[in-house]
Amino acid sequence: MKKSLSSLIPHPSSLKLMPPFIKRLVGALVIVMVLIALNAAMSNEGFYGMGLPYYYSHLLRLAGINIILAVSLNLITGFTGQFSIGHAGFMAVGAYASAFLTVYYTQGLEQKLTAMMGATAAQAIVFLIVLLVAALAAALAGLVVGIPSLRLRGDYLAIVTLGFAEIIRILLVNVQKVGGPTGFSGAIAPWEGRATIPQYANFFWIGLFAVVTIVVVYNIVRSDTGRALISIREDELAAQAMGINTTRYKVVAFVISSAFAGVAGGLWAHYNSFLSTQDFQFFRSFEVIIMIVLGGMGSITGSILGAVVITALPELLRTYPYEIVIALALIPLAAVLLRVIRRERLPEVIRSGWPHAIFVLVFYVALFLVARLVLINLLELDYRLSAMGVNISNYRLVIYSALLIAMMLTRPQGLLGHQELGFHWLKRAQKRPVGDASVGASGGVPIAERDAPTADPYKETENR
Amino acid sequence: MDYFVQQLINGLNIGAIYALIALGYTMVYGILRLINFAHGDVYMVGAFVGLGLTKLLGYTTSIPGYNADTQGHSLWGGLTLVLIGSMVGAALVGMAIERFAYRPVRKYSRMTTLITAIGVSLLIEYLFVAQLGSAQRSFPSLVKNEAFNLFGDVRISMPQIIIFVISILLMILLQWIIYKTKIGTAMRAVSFNLNSAKLMGINTDVVIAFTFALGSALAAAGGVLTAQYNPSIDPLMGIITGLKAFVAAVLGGIGNIPGAVLGGLVIGVAETMVVAYGSDIGLASSYRDAVAFTILILVLLLRPSGLLGSTVQEKV
Repeated sequence: MKKSLSSLIPHPSSLKLMPPFIKRLVGALVIVMVLIALNAAMSNEGFYGMGLPYYYSHLLRLAGINIILAVSLNLITGFTGQFSIGHAGFMAVGAYASAFLTVYYTQGLEQKLTAMMGATAAQAIVFLIVLLVAALAAALAGLVVGIPSLRLRGDYLAIVTLGFAEIIRILLVNVQKVGGPTGFSGAIAPWEGRATIPQYANFFWIGLFAVVTIVVVYNIVRSDTGRALISIREDELAAQAMGINTTRYKVVAFVISSAFAGVAGGLWAHYNSFLSTQDFQFFRSFEVIIMIVLGGMGSITGSILGAVVITALPELLRTYPYEIVIALALIPLAAVLLRVIRRERLPEVIRSGWPHAIFVLVFYVALFLVARLVLINLLELDYRLSAMGVNISNYRLVIYSALLIAMMLTRPQGLLGHQELGFHWLKRAQKRPVGDASVGASGGVPIAERDAPTADPYKETENR
Repeated sequence: MDYFVQQLINGLNIGAIYALIALGYTMVYGILRLINFAHGDVYMVGAFVGLGLTKLLGYTTSIPGYNADTQGHSLWGGLTLVLIGSMVGAALVGMAIERFAYRPVRKYSRMTTLITAIGVSLLIEYLFVAQLGSAQRSFPSLVKNEAFNLFGDVRISMPQIIIFVISILLMILLQWIIYKTKIGTAMRAVSFNLNSAKLMGINTDVVIAFTFALGSALAAAGGVLTAQYNPSIDPLMGIITGLKAFVAAVLGGIGNIPGAVLGGLVIGVAETMVVAYGSDIGLASSYRDAVAFTILILVLLLRPSGLLGSTVQEKV
């Protein structure tokens, strides 16, 4: 039993023997340090001179908030199958609750804490408290909305959540202490408080809560609760028959998802420093829906991808409208061309796995560049259109909605469907299609909905 | 008492418009189980097509111009032409929406069709905003804005009378179409069971297109009539009115045609009463839009099948 000093140095193979708790703690610390470093890089001078201009860091922060919204909505819509268009309402509850608290009640507390432990720590603690309150308020709202509504199905639940979100918005607009119709940017006379909503939320906090949201939702989905939720999505009657208390699980998922929406609202309020109920209208809820549908409704990585794309898209459409329209209009053409080439002329080595993925990527980029060359450099489409008086930037939102419809018509399961993006994709061999059938012949329609929902009263499964 | 009757008349007036739009929602839901989110925008399209027609026919809003107020009498011929023209135009739009946006996704899941419907709604709105700007435009008055004294303090204006008369006529026409014509019987058959209707030799695609056309025409009539009463129209006017009309359809029992009418009238009266008497109990008039949603939530919690709807049992 002689123990030498060298046994105290951890051997690489003993990393696997480290208790999971330690591994997770270390992982969390690493993530926190990376976020702090990135946060420092987000200002213009940045990290040893490598900074990010405000425009891009602004987009990153918005994307972070949208990631929290999308992942939390995916929990209730993608994994539990309950279609909720009221997410902006819970965001509004969180935003207004946290801003109200910050502006009217936290000044004294922050001063006391600053005297004790310095400004940064004091701000951090105050911010955490405020966000906790935001989450709780939004969770409470979720409970109030969810308990009566979650026994409705499909379309009705969507409309009821929309209705509740609108009611929340109208109620908030009528509260004078948070600004009413003119918006909330600081204490309103005659009440005492801070002059502005302080900008507590920088990239670090947004990134931290995005990571927390992703980890929490991922863990919920991989747990027994998650399995129950997925079973509710697949076939609610069968889940009930198996003894799962569907109402309880649905309400739990709803409350958790609204709590995170409240956190996102709190972050938004303390980033934007100005709150107006116009920010939380129906279109905001719908934007989050678009994010998760684009990414794939049962996929966490999908909703992250969707959130990033949708955050960037209006800005991209502003600067590169033609390019985007060309690229997306060419995808069906490219898919057809690719199919033709794939069958006959690809050498074996790039028909599967990561060489194939690279080939497809290069193919699309080449097609896009060729189209751009032809349409913009050769034909000068952008000049001709503006000469005709058509200002393409007015049509941004038209292109946006047309893209949405086109996506629903061609790939309704979104970019990733139910799968998560991972490295196993690159290793998976692309099987050659059998005959003319495409891989995944159902087109990604989920199991429970593969039959067309026709108007058959004997199979009616909705509350009327 | 007179104030109450006056508000009742105003409420029934607004309710008639909601009823016309709600009929479109309820018919489409009855045959396809689809909530046509774009229907509110068809109402707006109808109003704008009507505006275009008035320009075509030479009616203008400016003074001196050619409209009912400058001419001193209502332009009945013009009103009829504009009404029929906008109904036809909106019917075409409705059929196009169904053919290009809803038919390809019919076989997909509920959520996909719902999202497509919302996408179409946004597309129409933004298209109009991009082309015409989001500013309000005024509709030339085709009906002379004179008021009649009914009794006591209660007055009713000519546009209001026209709204009542035309909506009642249109509803009677709809009843006739649905119960006395072949295509109407086909619509009822398809709403009962789509597959059996197909087996009976009914061309369901034609019936569905006809239903969309009918609903859109009614909504467009509602749009033109509203424009008489409230002459400023803008591309985003269909959103909130469409939502309230949807609430009306749900209130009456979605899929049920008399229910849609009843629902529309109830919502119109409730809204007007809350605005009229709300200040007495501390509700500002800005709570007006919340009334419809509150009614929606109450209906769906207490009687989800609606006032006139029937509950269908869930079978495994």
